[in-house]
Amino acid sequence: MNAEIFKTEVIETDLLILGGGMAACGAAFEAAYWAKKYNQRVTLVDKAAMERSGAVAMGLSAINLYLGLKNGRNSVEDYVNYVRNDLMGIARADLVANIARHVDSTVHLFEKWGLPIWKDEEGNYVNEGRWQIMIHGESYKNIVSEAAKSALKELGANGSYYERIFITEPLMEGDRCVGAVGFSVRESTFYVFKAKAVLDAMGGAVHIFRPRSVGEGLGRSWYPPFNSGASAYFTLKSGAEMTCQEVRFVPVRFKDAYGPVGAWFLLFKSKATNARGEDYMETRAAELEKWAPYGTAKPTPANLRNYLMLLELEEGNGPIYMRTDEAIRELVAQIPDPKESKRKLRELESEAWEDFLDMTISQALNWASHNVMPEETPSEISACEPYFISSHSGASGAWVSGPSDLADDGNSWGYDNMTTIQGLFAAGDASGASSHKFSSGSFTEGRIAGKAAIAFCVDHPEALSPDEERISALKERVLQPLKTFESHHGYTEDEDVNPHYIKPKMFMFRLQKIMDEYAGGASVGFRTSEPLLKKGLEYLQFMHEDAEKLAAADLNELMRCWENIHRLWQAESHLRTVLFREETRWPGYYFRTDHPAMKEDWEAFANCRWDPETGEWNMIKRNL
Amino acid sequence: MPSFVITEKCDGCRAQDRTACQYVCPNDLMVLDKERNKAFNRAVDMCWECYSCVKICPTQAIEVRGYADFMPLGAVVQPLRSSDSIMWAVRFRNKMVKRFKFPIRTTPEGSIVPDAGFSTGTEGLKEPGLRTEPGSLGTDLYRK
Repeated sequence: MNAEIFKTEVIETDLLILGGGMAACGAAFEAAYWAKKYNQRVTLVDKAAMERSGAVAMGLSAINLYLGLKNGRNSVEDYVNYVRNDLMGIARADLVANIARHVDSTVHLFEKWGLPIWKDEEGNYVNEGRWQIMIHGESYKNIVSEAAKSALKELGANGSYYERIFITEPLMEGDRCVGAVGFSVRESTFYVFKAKAVLDAMGGAVHIFRPRSVGEGLGRSWYPPFNSGASAYFTLKSGAEMTCQEVRFVPVRFKDAYGPVGAWFLLFKSKATNARGEDYMETRAAELEKWAPYGTAKPTPANLRNYLMLLELEEGNGPIYMRTDEAIRELVAQIPDPKESKRKLRELESEAWEDFLDMTISQALNWASHNVMPEETPSEISACEPYFISSHSGASGAWVSGPSDLADDGNSWGYDNMTTIQGLFAAGDASGASSHKFSSGSFTEGRIAGKAAIAFCVDHPEALSPDEERISALKERVLQPLKTFESHHGYTEDEDVNPHYIKPKMFMFRLQKIMDEYAGGASVGFRTSEPLLKKGLEYLQFMHEDAEKLAAADLNELMRCWENIHRLWQAESHLRTVLFREETRWPGYYFRTDHPAMKEDWEAFANCRWDPETGEWNMIKRNL
Repeated sequence: MPSFVITEKCDGCRAQDRTACQYVCPNDLMVLDKERNKAFNRAVDMCWECYSCVKICPTQAIEVRGYADFMPLGAVVQPLRSSDSIMWAVRFRNKMVKRFKFPIRTTPEGSIVPDAGFSTGTEGLKEPGLRTEPGSLGTDLYRK
């Protein structure tokens, strides 16, 4: 494919929303309203098709963040305390509270738009756990994206969305972010989006660490394989300060197909045990005291639940089982009437299968292919490979401004969710230190950021035009992998094996191998240390050099090249921050064998910033 | 193979600009072989098994064969999605079949009004109130 034939399309707008998932849809819904009032333009760019893009593409079986504020079910403070404890003290209370005080509004909108939420006899939402409500969520994303598109449509000519455009780089003008560039994955077009404000909501990062399944099952990551670190790359490259880049998430899920465990633990009250049937949360309770006060508070933080399970495996007590059979038996036994209990059994069976069919269909396929009936047989669970997802129980992302009425001194700089770069906002998996947002909270954070970004546009009416020469240079750089392939592929018989270039797939495998073996991946039991991290960092520098030699035969491969450059930056910021924080704070996510305990002087945020001027990394410790 | 296209059933979406599966795949995996007029999954090891292509295919030509590196052969999980519900047929390796039907949506497709009947308060651009609040929240505690 010839890079010379690419035309350049320039789009001018006021607010540019990057991404099409939950946070981006929330941003579009909210920004459209304020944009209409203040005569601003809003443009959204998605790498896929909005109706099935992002982490909710497949659907969900629960909304994991709903407070029930109007009925006084929970308070915002309750939620902040829960999140802070789950993250071993490391969370921005102002950001979490800002989301929590608005999230119910989002859920009520979802319901009106057509999302079926489970109701009890009195018409109240059915809770899965304290914060979680059950939904029939197969079409969750279809519904939410339709609302976002309708909101943009209300803006008339001032509202638009573009699909199948992959964003690669920020467009900077001094210390301002003034747009983004990317390319169409469908036709030979380079896109330049010029804007007054940019909202980064391009999701988390998967396939940084080597997955447990490396055949076809490579694609069965728990979080979607198309979340490739675009958010973190964008903020890092613009020079924004990042936070919690060390706080990865290692979910424990049904083994291999990675089906959700929430409904089993919370709704069906199932237990997880070792092979001998021992509940390790009880037998290993003493271990939790080492991680006090977080370990001894209830509920036990997710990473510590992982950790106790990992200790079982280390001692050879696997497999670990979710005791689905016992859980169902106990629920049915509570109903004495035989006819009623039979009906209950059918109902539970349907609920159990729906949980997977709504959001992780592979797990249903995995059960069926092994002839597993959950009411009769327990199923194995295991820790997945690490992911970067600050909307769940990880925390990595940009360091953003909190709301002025809730933030501590120094943590609010004028516009909610603005990064340390003027005009650049972040939400969902792109913003850090505000974990447990999940789908509803990500949409809500998108709304908060979308409104603030419109305020920024109104306050900064002057249009900054980025330098044309720089745009041409960016175009050349973005399309380089096509040129590299074109120039050299004739040299060998096998286009994948050529001394002049590297294809993105092998590049990704090398990154995954380095991260797995040196930065504490699944195959080494999530353990690492300073010497290992330093060695890994050395290898990553070779990867930066080889990134210049990535080659793409077509547009799809060009996207894969850039996805993996994005992954490399996410990986490096992670590795550097794990190295910087000289302690072990989330032992079930990663364990520093050279610093095996929590330290008081690390009750702090570990932030980092890559300096675009010097190309150097600065590590920054910030007080809680 | 994760998602695969049944040769006999695929009509290439009748030579339209792009096929339904190409339109929807979140990972840009589905492509149309224009000479044969058949779609295919170009990188099965990057397939999330999200079933978006299976659900959208107008001729039901796409199915999923579970990841062979950990699933034994023989099971089929196949949906039939309508405007308000989805029906699933789960066929086990041992030939047992279970069927499930779940609602997916309570409003007609294309009918969404963003405000959903909630009006927005009088808050300004720099105050905490969001679109449709306080009505959609049911309380105004964010004002405190």
